[in-house]
Amino acid sequence: MTKTERSEPKKKLILLVILLLLAGAVLAGAPMVGMKAISLNSILHPVSGGVDAKIFWMIRVPRVCVSFLAGAALAVSGMAFQAMFRNPLATPFTLGVASGASLGAAIYIRVGLLFNFLGISGISISAFAGATLSILLVYGLSKVRKGFSTSTMLLAGVAISFFFSSVILFTQYMSNFTNSFRILHWLMGGLEVVGFESVLNMAPFVTSGSAIIFYMTHELNLMVTGEEIATSRGVNVEKTKKILFFATSLMVGGVVAICGPIGFVGMMAPHICRLLIGADHRYLTPVTLLFGGVFLTLCDMLARTLIAPAEMPVGIITALLGGPFFVWLLVGKTSSKRGII
Amino acid sequence: MKKEVIEIEKFSFSINDKKILKNISLTVMKGEYISIVGPNGAGKTTLLKCLDRIYKGGVGSIKISGKPIEKYRQRELAQHVSYVPQADGNIPPFTVREFVMMGRYPYLNPFSSVNFSSNKKDEKTVQDALSMTETLKFSERFLSELSGGERQKVFIAAALVQEAEILLLDEPATFLDPKHEAGIYRLLARANREKGVTIISVTHDINSAVMTSRRILALKDGVSAFCGPAGDFMNNEILLKIYEKPFIFMKHPQTEKTIVAPEAP
Repeated sequence: MTKTERSEPKKKLILLVILLLLAGAVLAGAPMVGMKAISLNSILHPVSGGVDAKIFWMIRVPRVCVSFLAGAALAVSGMAFQAMFRNPLATPFTLGVASGASLGAAIYIRVGLLFNFLGISGISISAFAGATLSILLVYGLSKVRKGFSTSTMLLAGVAISFFFSSVILFTQYMSNFTNSFRILHWLMGGLEVVGFESVLNMAPFVTSGSAIIFYMTHELNLMVTGEEIATSRGVNVEKTKKILFFATSLMVGGVVAICGPIGFVGMMAPHICRLLIGADHRYLTPVTLLFGGVFLTLCDMLARTLIAPAEMPVGIITALLGGPFFVWLLVGKTSSKRGII
Repeated sequence: MKKEVIEIEKFSFSINDKKILKNISLTVMKGEYISIVGPNGAGKTTLLKCLDRIYKGGVGSIKISGKPIEKYRQRELAQHVSYVPQADGNIPPFTVREFVMMGRYPYLNPFSSVNFSSNKKDEKTVQDALSMTETLKFSERFLSELSGGERQKVFIAAALVQEAEILLLDEPATFLDPKHEAGIYRLLARANREKGVTIISVTHDINSAVMTSRRILALKDGVSAFCGPAGDFMNNEILLKIYEKPFIFMKHPQTEKTIVAPEAP
């Protein structure tokens, strides 16, 4: 037994613990930061604390929760897609899942129905349905012929994505002024939420989806080695894909319904984490989840403070920070060894 | 008592309406070493993939250890059949040890998904396979850092830890230099002799097929064109029929076995 062999898993666990502490710190610290300084005293008295307590508990805390959940869910979904398709460009966005979810949500807004199911809001369910529909379309296309390559599947996803986007625009165009504005505002993507309703709406989708993915880490590892090897090792590839599609639809649907389409986190976060800790999904999944959450929370913190009192869309920050960092990691040493999937 | 590990009966298989395999029958006994040869596009790889249910369906029947292949759950099948694919430039982003450890997947219990440490039996099986394939010395390196020959040994190690009685290999040594090629064949012979692993290996190389295996199945256009002892395969008529090309026969100076050389163009 060599030394590296023993120390390698230990190093990974240490990184995981560091990230866990960081996530705790960010979750606790991010609500403190904002345009208005908030005294510790008013936080401790949520009811009698006046405006400060209201801002803290009803605006900042929910917003931080939503951004953490959204970042985590998008990052983990991206990770699952990249592993499943063995392609660095496979994400909920390139495969049309996010636009499917967006379409579901847009139709819900357009029709103006208001319904709840078991306490889950209709817009989340519509977005989930849209995400599932787009996955079924892309997956169905791949089943038409044997030997459909991943690139073809990605192209199909992009095509479906464009198609859905135009249907969304059409829906918006055909809506009255109020609904049209609501759709537009929501399409721009954002994390401005008030109160805990959004958090409670999103949490079940995100937790159940990521719980499924946590359970599938061995299968994800084998999917990365290729479908043939995975099959020969005993993975039921078709079943695994269906379960993963379901889990990612849940997460992407849940997030998109509340925040609109926020790109880039799902593509970039898994790559960064893979370069940090390797492709073993037993470690990669928790790391990606925490990293995605921390990353989007920090980006949103910047988005709402940098040009205060105005806010920028969080997408600008994610791309601005993430892009160069990603390139830096790509040209670094580790990438050649571990490969980008 | 020898038992049948594979029974293929009148098996046909199509991909996108094109018939790849036609009416193949073959019975393989435990501990046999069979080579499948034949020209490009004869259906050799397809047959291997059908035996590991990478390709599903087909007409006719395939039984593995007496049980119809479609009755197996994939995980259970993996305890009977392992597979080393043709090297196609696909290099998984794992270290040698991580990759070989994944071969233990069929034995994982469903709740070990959250478990970071593997059990003693897994550790030992992996350690044994690494030392048998002489890959222990670079077990902590990434697969992408190895040469083609080293990587092929790792792929074989990963298949061996599945502890399946049948090992399928697709062109295990085709792109390797003579030294590594010999290394791979020595390794396979050892696994066959010492562990009693039944080996079915697809190859283009007639000479290595005849030298390594006792029985040969030759496919041509999806049909079984020859199936019998390796010695009988070295027959001008048979080879001409299969490869549509004459060969020159000679005796290997060391083994006295018949080998072939292609005619000068």
